[in-house]
Amino acid sequence: MAFRGMQSFSTMAEEKKLFKVTIDNIPVEVEPGTTILNAARKIGGDVVPPAMCYYSKLQGSGGKCRTCLVKVSKGSDADPRPMPKLVASCRTTVMDGMEVANITSPEVLDARKGVVEFLLLNHPLDCPVCDQAGECDLQDLSYEHGTEATRYEFKRRTFEKIDIGDHIKLHMTRCILCYRCVFTADQLTNKREHGVLNRGEASEIGTYIKNSLDNDFIGNVIDVCPVGALTDRTARFKNRVWFLKPVDAHRDCDKCCGKTVLWMRGDEVFRVTARKDKYGEVEEFICDTCRFEKKEAKDWVVEGPRKVSRHSVISQGHYVGVHKPHETIREVMSGRDPKLLMNIHSVSEVNQPSVDLSKIDGPAHSTDFPKINGVQ
Amino acid sequence: MGRKLLLDKAHIEGIRYYDVYRKNGGYAAAEKVLKNMSPDQVTEEVKKSGLRGRGGAGFPTGLKWSFLAKPEGVPRYLVCNADESEPGTFKDRYLMEFLPHLLIEGLLISSFALGANRTYIYIRGEYAWIPDILEEAIKDAHKNGWLGKNIQGSGFDLDIYVQRGAGAYICGEETALIESLEGKRGNPRIKPPFPAVKGLWQCPTVVNNVETLAAVVPIINIGGDEYAKIGIGKSTGTKLISACGNLNKPGVYEIDMTISVEEFIYSEEYCGGIPDGKRLKACIPGGSSVPILPANLLLKTAKGEQRMMTYESLNDGGFPTGSMMGSGGFIVLDEDQCVVRHTLSLARFYHHESCGQCSPCREGTGWMKRVLQNIENGKGKMSDIDLLWDIQRKIEGNTICPLGDAAAWPVAAAIRHFRDEFEWHVNNPEEAQRHNFGLAHYADPLPVVAAAAAV
Amino acid sequence: MAVQFSEEKLNKVKEIIARYPEGKQKSALIPVLHLAQESFGGWLSAETMDYVAALLQITPIEVYEVATFYSMYNLKPVGKYLFEVCQTGPCMLNGSDNIIAYIKEKLGIEAGETTADGMFTLKTVECLGACGYAPMMQLGKFYKEHLTRERVDQIIAECRAQAGN
Repeated sequence: MAFRGMQSFSTMAEEKKLFKVTIDNIPVEVEPGTTILNAARKIGGDVVPPAMCYYSKLQGSGGKCRTCLVKVSKGSDADPRPMPKLVASCRTTVMDGMEVANITSPEVLDARKGVVEFLLLNHPLDCPVCDQAGECDLQDLSYEHGTEATRYEFKRRTFEKIDIGDHIKLHMTRCILCYRCVFTADQLTNKREHGVLNRGEASEIGTYIKNSLDNDFIGNVIDVCPVGALTDRTARFKNRVWFLKPVDAHRDCDKCCGKTVLWMRGDEVFRVTARKDKYGEVEEFICDTCRFEKKEAKDWVVEGPRKVSRHSVISQGHYVGVHKPHETIREVMSGRDPKLLMNIHSVSEVNQPSVDLSKIDGPAHSTDFPKINGVQ
Repeated sequence: MGRKLLLDKAHIEGIRYYDVYRKNGGYAAAEKVLKNMSPDQVTEEVKKSGLRGRGGAGFPTGLKWSFLAKPEGVPRYLVCNADESEPGTFKDRYLMEFLPHLLIEGLLISSFALGANRTYIYIRGEYAWIPDILEEAIKDAHKNGWLGKNIQGSGFDLDIYVQRGAGAYICGEETALIESLEGKRGNPRIKPPFPAVKGLWQCPTVVNNVETLAAVVPIINIGGDEYAKIGIGKSTGTKLISACGNLNKPGVYEIDMTISVEEFIYSEEYCGGIPDGKRLKACIPGGSSVPILPANLLLKTAKGEQRMMTYESLNDGGFPTGSMMGSGGFIVLDEDQCVVRHTLSLARFYHHESCGQCSPCREGTGWMKRVLQNIENGKGKMSDIDLLWDIQRKIEGNTICPLGDAAAWPVAAAIRHFRDEFEWHVNNPEEAQRHNFGLAHYADPLPVVAAAAAV
Repeated sequence: MAVQFSEEKLNKVKEIIARYPEGKQKSALIPVLHLAQESFGGWLSAETMDYVAALLQITPIEVYEVATFYSMYNLKPVGKYLFEVCQTGPCMLNGSDNIIAYIKEKLGIEAGETTADGMFTLKTVECLGACGYAPMMQLGKFYKEHLTRERVDQIIAECRAQAGN
């Protein structure tokens, strides 16, 4: 009994005490057991390390991609020694008094640049024909943290595309081996049928023998995939994500929460996904019935436009639910707007303010622009 | 003649078998421990001995043991790491083949100290015949009351099991080994938690190398203090060195960390010099992962002092001019060997052995291998050398487990010390296909200026 | 032929499972796969792996993941005699390249191939921990060390003679 009493005493003490952590010189207080990454997310903005494999809703995820490496310049108040190596912020828990450097550390930025290069080494860069383009974490990562060219001069590894079931396409060549889909199958379904096969550079996601994934929740592997390795066969090649309008919708579902995003054009539902937060993680997982079988507007109660970050390419279609970004430049220039070096509209017909891209049928061609919205 | 504690009885006919081992003082240490010592006293002796992990990292064993969490009602495990796979290393194999009872006695004492009642020997799968030797020895130890229930009336129970791997260097990393022992892919775990808290089946676990656990026997026999007197500084006791490459007498030697590198290579007691009267070009003194050194920096440190076969002396100069004791895999290259080719061979090894879990190692090891292939095959560019340097730099320290470092260091050290040879390959692609760069100046005495700069 | 261990081998499997605590029978996977490979023609077919999965009450994908990770498991049929020749650093310093070339010439196959008569498969492998006795290869359970051309000839002849019996 004495042991039990002590335990509850220590739990109580822990509940009261918050750890003070500093990330890029910005202080934040978090509960013990919080990871550096989640502490940074609490601060928000640029100090949040990018994460390609960590997924807060999947137990055991993280630590593999190494994009979230940060420098711990002070371990804690009790033991101020710095950590000898960069650490994966998604899997390292904070200590009281810890000081972390992310974007203020040249060492971190250099290592991250290296990691991005490694991740892109064998990536096909087939964004123009990839359904994930426009909502791809790897695309964003390489724009923000990568270099403009690769130094890799060898043949890239390729795999055959395979259908794993009626609804999911596996394009392994694009995979960055984040293991998220494996954790998803492990934790959301009762029998995992796909996994990581082979070793090292030859590792691949697969079922080994041709096997279709069949489970009420397996479609979630599409949403957790940070790249275009797992895509929705019911929406494949139907439309570019930035030509579609995402709307929040729901339905009564006996299997899942039924809260989704419909990707629409006019009244047509092209794709159904779970709702994702600003870190690209789904808010709640959805079932395959909602995702693959309810493709008509009448199946759903539409709530309204989905909020989309203005930095997302999806907002380029003059989409109404755009977050107004925090205008740093304007602020630092004492309220003046930055002067554009060139007016893009004078040289390009694309993205004219008056053109509504979502009205174009199918992929847009330059000849389509004059035809719509009365623009001649 | 150096003092021997592990192999002192290796020459005795039949020492592999229980009766002969017992007759020659075997299980005396176990007897002493079970009759007169508490687990903490054993740990204390090991701490006093200064014994450092013989697998490669050189972490103090007693300290590692003291980290083991001991929650009530949760089993603790000792796992013996016999997944000897570091190129150049074959010492544990020798111990297990010839002195299996020494290992079992060491396991018994260590399990007692740690309070582990179930102990596993995880042996690399390719050593397919050794489990039979070990299992026979375990059976004999059981028969004679050294394993099983209530060992020698002490109330302590222990069973030892042998588990074979199936071909994966990475399983020598302790958390990958644990994963493999759990029947999974050998993917290293992300630490913390460390095995001492959550190891095998999420229970507190200590993983120690074969040689480390065998060394516990003489430590108990002669006492920790006496053991600590052997050697120099923090390099206490004796160390098994497996010598290979271009040597007259390759093999496993026990050294008492007081001899010089030169003596080890050239003396008749040890490796007996280099065959065919050739000259020494380079050496990797501690298994393929540690930095390669040219002859002039191997025999003498940059300060001009004689380099000794100790943890500290081999490390003297750090990465710029030193190397490491590592696992004791001592690889010697003679004047006719090509460093580029040898580095390529090691790069290919690490590429083959990368588990593929984290991106820098998965992608970087293959990249280094391909660039090295180009240089070796006369298709290299000068910029490739800098590219290699940059790739290894971006792998090192950024991976989940030390395999990334192990893959990066050989490339880094080869470029650091043998850049001329890489450049010669690039500039003379055709000539490089016909003959080697040779000894070049790598055995010349270090110029005073360079030596001073290196310090 | 249905994949099925003999009574004796099934007892061996039970003995292996008993090495681990209750409920941890997945730990037996690697040893049982070795046993299966030995028993069912030197390689692991999908059928064999499914059988092992059922024996250990784990999912087939857990077996595939492990079988494809470790280099000792053959996922395709191999010859009666599998020559696994080491080519890593220390062996290379002692002329393993020449030995590999000689075996290729002698058997008329490349690394990874099997002779037409299904007798020999040549595989180049990475360090087997016999660096002091280089060059070397693994043949079945044992190592053949200090290889020379003559020694290779002798080993091939021994295999042929053994197979003839």
